[in-house]
Amino acid sequence: MSFLTYLKDGISLGSVYAIIALGYTMVYGIAKMLNFAHGDVIMVGAYVVLMLLTKAGVPGILAVLIAMAVCTVLGITIEKVAYRPLRKASSPLAVLITAIGVSYLLQNIALLLFGADGKTFVDVIKLPSLSFGDGALIISGTTIVTILACIIIMVCLTLFVNKTRQGHAMQAVSEDKDAAQLMGVNVNGTISLTFAIGSALAAIAGVLLCSAYPIVTPYTGAMPGIKAFVAAVFGGIGSIPGAMIGGILLGVIEILSKAYISSQVADAIVFGVLIVVLLVKPTGLFGRNIQEKV
Amino acid sequence: MKKMTKVIGICAAAAMVMTTGTAAFAEEGTFTIGAIGPVTGAAAAYGISVMNGAQLAVDEINASGGINGYQVELITADDEHDAEKSVNAYNDLKDKGMQMLLGTVTSAPCIAVEGEALNDNMFLLTPSGSAVDCITGENAFRVCFADPAQGAKSAQFIGEHGLATKIGIIYDSSDPYSTGIMESFVAEADSQGLEVVSNEAFSDNRTDFSAQLNKAKDAEAELVFLPFYYQEAALVLKQASDMGFAPTFFGCDGMDGILTVENFDTSLAEGLMLLTPFTPNAEDEMTQNFVAAYEEAFDGLVPIQFGADAYDGIYAMKAALEDADANPDMSASELCDLMKVSMGNITVEGLTGTITWDPATGEPEKEPKAVVIENGEYVSQD
Repeated sequence: MSFLTYLKDGISLGSVYAIIALGYTMVYGIAKMLNFAHGDVIMVGAYVVLMLLTKAGVPGILAVLIAMAVCTVLGITIEKVAYRPLRKASSPLAVLITAIGVSYLLQNIALLLFGADGKTFVDVIKLPSLSFGDGALIISGTTIVTILACIIIMVCLTLFVNKTRQGHAMQAVSEDKDAAQLMGVNVNGTISLTFAIGSALAAIAGVLLCSAYPIVTPYTGAMPGIKAFVAAVFGGIGSIPGAMIGGILLGVIEILSKAYISSQVADAIVFGVLIVVLLVKPTGLFGRNIQEKV
Repeated sequence: MKKMTKVIGICAAAAMVMTTGTAAFAEEGTFTIGAIGPVTGAAAAYGISVMNGAQLAVDEINASGGINGYQVELITADDEHDAEKSVNAYNDLKDKGMQMLLGTVTSAPCIAVEGEALNDNMFLLTPSGSAVDCITGENAFRVCFADPAQGAKSAQFIGEHGLATKIGIIYDSSDPYSTGIMESFVAEADSQGLEVVSNEAFSDNRTDFSAQLNKAKDAEAELVFLPFYYQEAALVLKQASDMGFAPTFFGCDGMDGILTVENFDTSLAEGLMLLTPFTPNAEDEMTQNFVAAYEEAFDGLVPIQFGADAYDGIYAMKAALEDADANPDMSASELCDLMKVSMGNITVEGLTGTITWDPATGEPEKEPKAVVIENGEYVSQD
């Protein structure tokens, strides 16, 4: 039974990684850039929800919707102001460094506004937990919602990208920006849309992350963001199902190595597995191997 | 507490002179005690409490005839919890005739000032600088326990009070404060008849403690020792409650503050114990008198442990000066030579316990005290 408990804990931690990884992989897959500020947009989303709930008394669902709107605007603004001017820069490193800068900027603004002290997140999800075998295995309502949200978002994103006009435009931009532009695709608009979707997902991830681990600080998004990035790479960055599987596997490996090997070296094991996977399969578990034509 | 070393004095406001209204220069025939601590900035709550506690002790001593018949004067300076400003404050107080130093309050500045004080052979007694390196020289002593000593003291408290025998530990392997306490706890556990059934770390993942808690639960730990800060501890308590795991939780001084986390459901902390030298709710007469006098003198402000440490610190200086039969005409260096020997002879019946000192290390020896949280308040456990 204890193995099942650990597995359940791993899946619930992994589903939080997965939901953040979906945002990462979406932006990388289409805009071909690593948005290191993604974790901090999550933090902003969590603060917005918390403030709406505690200071303004807005009902839960509405608060989440407003947070999604705020994060969407934030994401589009960041893309317009900080990333778009650099897209044509000679080195792709420029935009990567800018992303790190945006990440620190958001953290420090939050530090100014909310202070360094953590604030406990209030319950948004009010589902009872499921109990099996006389309380030997308890699955919390938050875990159930997180896993369901993760699956729903993954399916919706996959359908959106594969079945809609906008989705096809995204795929075209992803494969070749210049060719897509020649075919009449609005490249800037498509990338803005990608950031909008990614940031709205970040707001949802923020709520789920802070519901599962109910404390918000200006650095709340930073470490889960990095782990989720690892999950996205693990699953094959750019692949939507890959992000989900990568996230869940990462969570399970982390918890099981803490449980059965050593909590002192659990993080080293997680990243060790990543290295092995990338050595064997350089594009990640679900990554497509695209041949560069010269 | 490492917390104090981490807090950055962002407030760069001009140094505010403290409340006491003392004369700038010492008069003849008066012992002059300097006190340095953050009175402004992010750690101001600690510094203000120390200054207030010290002032209260000095006023009491003067009212009852002084030390060896001489009056005492307290001169204070603000260091904003900044090492450089603290050294400047030290030099400033020295110019004003300081003969011994109560301070500094926070660890990082204390380490810097201690180096200067050692060069000058100035007697230094820090009320609350808990980092090991705060007192390296023979001239330096402290009132609070050193960080790692809290581990051994916690084990001692748990053993002596028969709280549990099967102990689980969760600690922060990326933090020397937490790791140091864990190591000294484990070293002491055996001789207290405690069995450490699980000892688990966290580092990068500071939010998910499910695996560590489950291992403690599987090992049937009756008490889980949490030597880290209250923000992580708040999450640990929540997750333990979610999984239906309800051992006794026990923390150190880093746990102090858990009830102040915004929106925190304090019912989760019900029954939580923590090692702390002082609580204003304690019912002994000395604490009650101190709290009443403090509230009256400082507009209803309730003292925290720092004030109590400082109060005991001033009385320790008094005891050492009396033991040495010292007079204010002696130089700071002469006083230091006498006091560092006398510290080994004295016993102070203080707010934080009955304290003696080891003159070789400067460390205090006293019974550990703990509080338990009941109905969202600290209740002392004697």
